Amino acid sequence: MKPVPSHGSALGATTVDDHVALRRQLLRLQRRGRWKAIGLIAPLMVFLALVFVVPIVLLLARAVDNHEVPAVLPQTSIAMKDWNGDAPPTHVLADALIVDLRTSPREAVAEVAKRLNYYQSGLRSMVLKTAREVNNESASNLSGLERLKEIDERWLEPATWSVIQRALPPTTDFYLLASLDLRRDAQGAIVAATGDSAIYRDVIVRTFVISAAVTLLCLLLGYPLAYWIAIAAPRTARLLLLMVLLPFWTSLLVRTTAWVVVLQSGGVVNSLLGWLGLIDPAHPLELIHNRIGVLIAMTHILLPFMALPIYSVMKSIPPNYMRAAASLGASPLRAFLRVYLPLSLPGISAGCLLVFILALGYYITPALVGGPRDQMLSYFIAYFASQVTNWGMAAALSATLLVLVLLLYAVYHRMVGIDKLRMG
Amino acid sequence: MKANSSSARAWVLRTFCVVVLLFLVAPILAIVPLSFNAEPFFTYPMPGLSLQWYRELMESAVWQLALRNSLIVATFATLLASVLGTLAALGLSRNDCPWRAVIMAVLISPMIIPVVVSAVGIYYCFARVGLLNTLTGIVFAHTALGAPFVVITVLATLSSFDHNLMRAAASLGASPMRAFFRVMLPVIAPGVASGALFAFITSFDEVVVVLFIAGSEQRTLPRQMWSGVRESISPTITAVATLLIVASVLLLVSVQWLQGRAARASARSGASG
Repeated sequence: MKPVPSHGSALGATTVDDHVALRRQLLRLQRRGRWKAIGLIAPLMVFLALVFVVPIVLLLARAVDNHEVPAVLPQTSIAMKDWNGDAPPTHVLADALIVDLRTSPREAVAEVAKRLNYYQSGLRSMVLKTAREVNNESASNLSGLERLKEIDERWLEPATWSVIQRALPPTTDFYLLASLDLRRDAQGAIVAATGDSAIYRDVIVRTFVISAAVTLLCLLLGYPLAYWIAIAAPRTARLLLLMVLLPFWTSLLVRTTAWVVVLQSGGVVNSLLGWLGLIDPAHPLELIHNRIGVLIAMTHILLPFMALPIYSVMKSIPPNYMRAAASLGASPLRAFLRVYLPLSLPGISAGCLLVFILALGYYITPALVGGPRDQMLSYFIAYFASQVTNWGMAAALSATLLVLVLLLYAVYHRMVGIDKLRMG
Repeated sequence: MKANSSSARAWVLRTFCVVVLLFLVAPILAIVPLSFNAEPFFTYPMPGLSLQWYRELMESAVWQLALRNSLIVATFATLLASVLGTLAALGLSRNDCPWRAVIMAVLISPMIIPVVVSAVGIYYCFARVGLLNTLTGIVFAHTALGAPFVVITVLATLSSFDHNLMRAAASLGASPMRAFFRVMLPVIAPGVASGALFAFITSFDEVVVVLFIAGSEQRTLPRQMWSGVRESISPTITAVATLLIVASVLLLVSVQWLQGRAARASARSGASG
């Protein structure tokens, strides 16, 4: 086995050289393979980055962005540095503000006035009026502060100026706090918002309650259904699966339309109940544009997402286990609770998490079959983005929803594995 | 006694499940006959039959435009998503693919992120680059939403693909391109096709993004239905819904068929390996 001594050293050297060369070649191949993989993935990655990731990141950045106010009020920004929040407003401050209001374009001033109004209502009209007056006035011998006082007495109050001071930094936590019903008081401490402005905690709680109720309903309806399909003969099972998949494949708008048609006061359900004599046809049940409608329609839409994962887990449970439990003397109920239920638990958790996560982000169905008190977080995001164009609020609520969903997905990934996320 | 109670239990289970299945299917099926109603009501029994709502649909310029837009957008979004998604799945399926978990998370994110958040972000950015109120903008957005489905289905098909086939092709002198088109693509075609169908459906059914970034000239079918449901529902919508239900039944059957084929194909390629 030992190498011949005379050839030993030479042979050993070549093997080491070969080894190094081989290793280098292997590394080069590996590197080339890695680049090949990256090259294949890159087109989609770049595309998604441009049309999906960057837009969402830019949107979320709007939640803390405040660059417009300092851009429109540059002189005021500088003058503000020498002013402490409690002292009466100075002439320097007043002059700076007047210069800013005169030089900035009107739309930009209007935008800033709108922003200041978020901090203190009434400031919008006051700033707009001031801007109008200082632009109209020709030269006057009043000082800046006196002119402001003439336009509105509130310009003499330090509180007004401290609102502007708080609105000036290029970033703000205003929207993020507001999306959780919090705000900063005059001293800058975080306090709970009160009265009419405190609505988002309700919305978040409502979003959770509706999603949880839908998840529970889907579980109650989906678990027995999945069980039946799992134990049915193959031919029956295939037919039953098709019946579960049909609504899954039907357009969301078609399903929502169907529910509106079926549930409305002159609709199929009410006329059927009236015909059966269960209700008085003159007083149909109110099944739509309220919570009942939302729960029915959302359960209908999300039920396949519950039934299918549970079914696929149940199909892998050998029927012998239940027979074994029975032969060992367990009652059917006991066998189910101690053997079948624990074995089907992965399907239950996968289905529940999936349905809950999907329900959290729902917009279309509650908007079409719900009333004003059934709207979820998504509705308010859409409202702020498209109806009142308050990007800060739209972004802050998006961030809240996104954090909720991503946290739950992390759990889903841990428990189920994201690659198991398959549709149909 | 024992047999009785177990059959009673089975009977209870079966009844319950039939009710659940009715709940799933009945509302969809209930709308179909109503589209043939002679009167614009939504109750049974129907006073008579008529095709008037279908005629109205055929004659309506708005619905025609919506259908055309939907078909254009879904077709191009599907093509783009299928090509990009299949390439990405090929890269991800390689053993030497680096940072796989991170890449996968990014590629799948359009499925995970609530569509309102995506839509508002896309609206916010597309406004800046002039893609608002264009079909191109909708195609891009729908490609992003549909591509994850292609990645997932193709990746699943590739996981059972026998890579020795590619080595065999190479050893017989085929270039990598030739080997891909002549050997791999035919085997994974059912996976690509069902991914493409998912992408098509995603685009054809998508309304939230369209609500934000489309003008009245770019209205799609779901967008048109949305305004129909928001205002008072006209029976024309039931005719649209019926046609879409027929289309989804056809799609469902073809996906079942494709998946069956994919399963058989991978079983074959597994057996040969």
